[in-house]
Amino acid sequence: MNLTHILKAAAVASALMCTTALTANAAMVPEGTKLADDQTFNYRVLDTINSLDPDIVEDVDTSYVVLNLFEGLYNEDAKGNPVPGAAESYDVNADNTVYTFHLRDAQWSNGDPVKASDFVFSWQRAVDPKTASNYSYFPGLVGVKNADDIVAGKMAPTELGVKAIDDKTLEVTLNASVPYFVRTLAHATLFPVPQAVVEKFGLDWTKPENIVGNGAYVLAENKAGERVTLKRNPKYWDNEHTVLETVNFLTINDENAGVTRYQAGEVDQTDVPAGQFPALQKQMPDETFSVPQLCTYYFDINSTPNAPEALKDVRVRQALSYAIDRDVIVKNVLQGGQTPAYYFTPTATAGFQPPELPYAAMTQADRDAKAVELLTAAGYGKDNPLTIDYIYNTSEAHKKVATVVSQMWKEKLGVVMNLQDMEFASLLDKRHQRDYQMARDAWCGDYNEASTFEGLMDSTSSQNNAGYSNPDVDKLLLAAKTSKDPNVEYKQIEEQVAKDVPVIPIYFYAKVFLQKTSIKGWPYDNVEQTWYAKDLYKVAE
Amino acid sequence: MLKFILRRIAIAVPTLLLLIVMSFFLMKLAPGNPFQGEKNLPKQVMDNIYARYGLDKPEWQQLLEYVWNVVVHFDFGPSFKYKDRTVNEIIAQGFPVTLTYGFWAFLVASTVGISLGTLAAIRQNSWIDYLSVGVTIGAQVLPNFVLAPILVLVFTLGLHWLPGGGWYNGQWQYVVLPVIALSATYMANIARIMRSSMLEVLGSNYIRTARAKGLPGWQVILKHALKPSLLPVVSYLGPVFVGMITGSVVVDLYFSTGGIGQAFVNSALNRDYSTILGITILLGALTIAANLVCDVLYAVLDPKIRY
Amino acid sequence: MALADSRTAGLNEAVKQSNAKGRSLWQDAGRRFVRNRAAVVSVFMLAAIVLFTFIGPIFSKWSIETVDWNILGMIAEKGYPSIETGHYFGTDESARDLYSRVIQGTQISLIVGILAAAIAVAVGTFYGAVAGYFGGRIDSAMMRFVDIIYSIPYMFIIILLLVIFGRSFVMLFCGIGLISWLGMARIVRGQTLALKNREFVEAAVASGVRPLTIVWRHIMPNLLGIVAVYATLLIPEMILLESFISFLGLGIQEPYTSLGALISDGAATMSHGEIWILAFPLAFFVVMLFSFFFVGDGLRDALDPKDR
Repeated sequence: MNLTHILKAAAVASALMCTTALTANAAMVPEGTKLADDQTFNYRVLDTINSLDPDIVEDVDTSYVVLNLFEGLYNEDAKGNPVPGAAESYDVNADNTVYTFHLRDAQWSNGDPVKASDFVFSWQRAVDPKTASNYSYFPGLVGVKNADDIVAGKMAPTELGVKAIDDKTLEVTLNASVPYFVRTLAHATLFPVPQAVVEKFGLDWTKPENIVGNGAYVLAENKAGERVTLKRNPKYWDNEHTVLETVNFLTINDENAGVTRYQAGEVDQTDVPAGQFPALQKQMPDETFSVPQLCTYYFDINSTPNAPEALKDVRVRQALSYAIDRDVIVKNVLQGGQTPAYYFTPTATAGFQPPELPYAAMTQADRDAKAVELLTAAGYGKDNPLTIDYIYNTSEAHKKVATVVSQMWKEKLGVVMNLQDMEFASLLDKRHQRDYQMARDAWCGDYNEASTFEGLMDSTSSQNNAGYSNPDVDKLLLAAKTSKDPNVEYKQIEEQVAKDVPVIPIYFYAKVFLQKTSIKGWPYDNVEQTWYAKDLYKVAE
Repeated sequence: MLKFILRRIAIAVPTLLLLIVMSFFLMKLAPGNPFQGEKNLPKQVMDNIYARYGLDKPEWQQLLEYVWNVVVHFDFGPSFKYKDRTVNEIIAQGFPVTLTYGFWAFLVASTVGISLGTLAAIRQNSWIDYLSVGVTIGAQVLPNFVLAPILVLVFTLGLHWLPGGGWYNGQWQYVVLPVIALSATYMANIARIMRSSMLEVLGSNYIRTARAKGLPGWQVILKHALKPSLLPVVSYLGPVFVGMITGSVVVDLYFSTGGIGQAFVNSALNRDYSTILGITILLGALTIAANLVCDVLYAVLDPKIRY
Repeated sequence: MALADSRTAGLNEAVKQSNAKGRSLWQDAGRRFVRNRAAVVSVFMLAAIVLFTFIGPIFSKWSIETVDWNILGMIAEKGYPSIETGHYFGTDESARDLYSRVIQGTQISLIVGILAAAIAVAVGTFYGAVAGYFGGRIDSAMMRFVDIIYSIPYMFIIILLLVIFGRSFVMLFCGIGLISWLGMARIVRGQTLALKNREFVEAAVASGVRPLTIVWRHIMPNLLGIVAVYATLLIPEMILLESFISFLGLGIQEPYTSLGALISDGAATMSHGEIWILAFPLAFFVVMLFSFFFVGDGLRDALDPKDR
């Protein structure tokens, strides 16, 4: 099996070889640094922190809390590569399907030892239909044996391909070799949970008074809609290297209010609203950051038979894509270091070689001319205007992008774009039912490899919101799984998608944020934006 | 009086049932479901979740079970969105917050409003009258989602006196701005109502008589004028109370106080059926209670009304 | 509703008394209204605003949706109000002309306010008049129903309705209007109870006129005064409510806008140094609401024979 090129960084060696090469990550405070007296980090989150149960957690902000309360077999370092966490090392068999993890001596926050059986319990619980976790599909996605059948109720959870050899040894069996398996271990669904505590308290086990974790922090307070407060866990195995004493996750629904409270010193980090980056950068050049993020912003074009006739014409779809001036959107609307997207997979994806697409190389003037030509050939123009309904969810940034694109199309092509703003749940439903003409969409990689993006073009993918179906692309996707250099297939897929235009890529995300200069150790280079409070520290100003 | 109260309570029961049924079906009509995320879930996973929350049963059965649990056990069920919380817990946590700043806002709005209105009426056409009319007019037309950011700009970023959000178990400095933002409009309305009703009472014959008898001015006002002129204010207090809870949507969203308003809006947007129903029922019951208290108070103050 | 209710409290009594005086009521009221300077000025202000929304677009160089590409991305530096660029009120965050958008937003807010108030007044008047006229069981059943609806937290029901039916403009004011008629119904019922024992109604009954015709021909016209006051005060309240709905992001669809939506955008960007985005719509909003309040108060005072 291949894809191994992406694993170079992971330092995963070949069969039967034990790997202990990497040391754990921790706050690396340089000699002579004067630390701040108050080691409290206030981090702004958008919404109420949801379930803290690792087997259930689903949203990104909550997973940041869970990442600090619990620790998986492997963590991510500042670049996103795996480093030992609850496990010290692992062995893998000849065909890369059986992993044996050697756990370190570590304790739960109540003093009980962390055992291999806690992992077994947690993983089985995650896929158990009775738990009904949104992420119950995850163990199956990463190849753990029998996971999908258990979710489907065809097998008992005990049949899952994970077992405790003894208290400190965990054996995981996969359906087939999954080269990036070790990278997925930093995902909350594969964290351990304290079996004794969960069995004692049932659903109440995540309450502040009951919860027990093996992470660097413990839960002190959990106030829905206001904040979650974490305190250092003195029982954590690497506690001596932890510097931050307290971490607050403050819910601030409004991005602008977030900036105001940042300026008032109430939060140490907050996101920058679309379009505000240049002004804030001028004010606070040392505190504004823009780093690439593994996400693509795009429009779905309905590619099912229900689509309106006009959109079934490939020339129309191409014209629409060509007439969008992505530079204007990136430079004049968002203004936060995002990059224009002409293909689907973000350029920053590890190991991905971007395709060279002809339309990406043209100037915008040429693209516009080509767009007019294509649309005229399809029989539409300013005297026979094309009308398109576009749905997007309520948000300042989405509204701005929609407004600007609608004017580009109107001025260049005479296309009338009806904007339909709806709340998120309605949009998701419409998109899922494929009951739309054109819809806003975005995809963030599940892991740092191009297949998480290209896979969306599979006609059978449940994430294929456009309903795109091209047998050639399906074949290429299949081939990529066993290909020596999958970039060859990826390139062909991207080229085909650019021809068929089931989606119009607009831009690749950047995480744009404000951060106090006193905060050190932030993993700016981790494109998945995974961060651990134990790696951070606060210096005196 | 007792009969009147009992009758009102008797009406409350069908009202609440109607409210439950109506909200239940309204929610089911909404597109989307509480478990749909940005990433589509495999059907099998979705089925498991539906089974876990009993959503695979026929709707009439879901409704009956729900009503049964609410009425008999006072249990609103688990939240569909916040999976390690029950609706009872969400309410238990958010409602005291809303109640705290709502109570202070209510107190500020009524005391400041009544005093301002009375002063303005007594000193009609003086500077204090003009000032109070000016303040009340301004507060009346400024939506509180404009007032809130202005307050933060002035008191947080400008003067550094008060924090721009958060709750921290209701320490006073976190309560001040939400209370101002919430009470301003109602304070203005109460002041205006009070002013005009006081003016009317002061112009009436029996006050003139009292004055003619040589009673001192403040005594006339406190003993004779205040009670009758409070009547229109009292009839307005019910709506004020309801407004405090409605207004908490803005306060919660802007100041991140973690009150019930935010929980409601979020659960409506997330289709968290059980939480919406729970909060709607709670607020419905409160509205009924507030109107009832208001009517009783009115009856106590107004000698003309006999139930 | 709460607002309009609070402002019309006490009017019931007043109108009951004044009805006895017959025709001269309206002349008297007219005279009293004209003497109220604030109310008269407000009528002119409202007229001016309405006129402006019709004439204003003639001078506009930009449509409500056109993006000024020269300004996009540099709103704080170039988007300020200027005669030169043709953006008399500046531009919004997406470089669209605020002058045109304020005019259009004012129109929508006025239409929402007036239509919602009209629906509330129509339903409320008819409902209250029927309940009051027929009395007895019908009356108490109908008024119990009003009590029931009154107990529903209406803001939340509006949010639910908007979520369910999407963002249709029609739904917006229907939803608002349909929940706002309760206060009207209560007042009208009280009035009707007083009116139905008067001679002209008895005469109509004696000559065999059908009950609904009596309600329509004889009761309704006599309710005009109170309805006018209530309606005038309901309009600003509906406009305020619409602005709140816009704040929640559930308002009218782009590219159309309302004053509430514009203010909500402006309030969010207040600290970016683009104060005009808030100032212009807010000014229109405030002036309009004031005017309605003053006109409503003026009408009420004019109809109230007790001299204040």
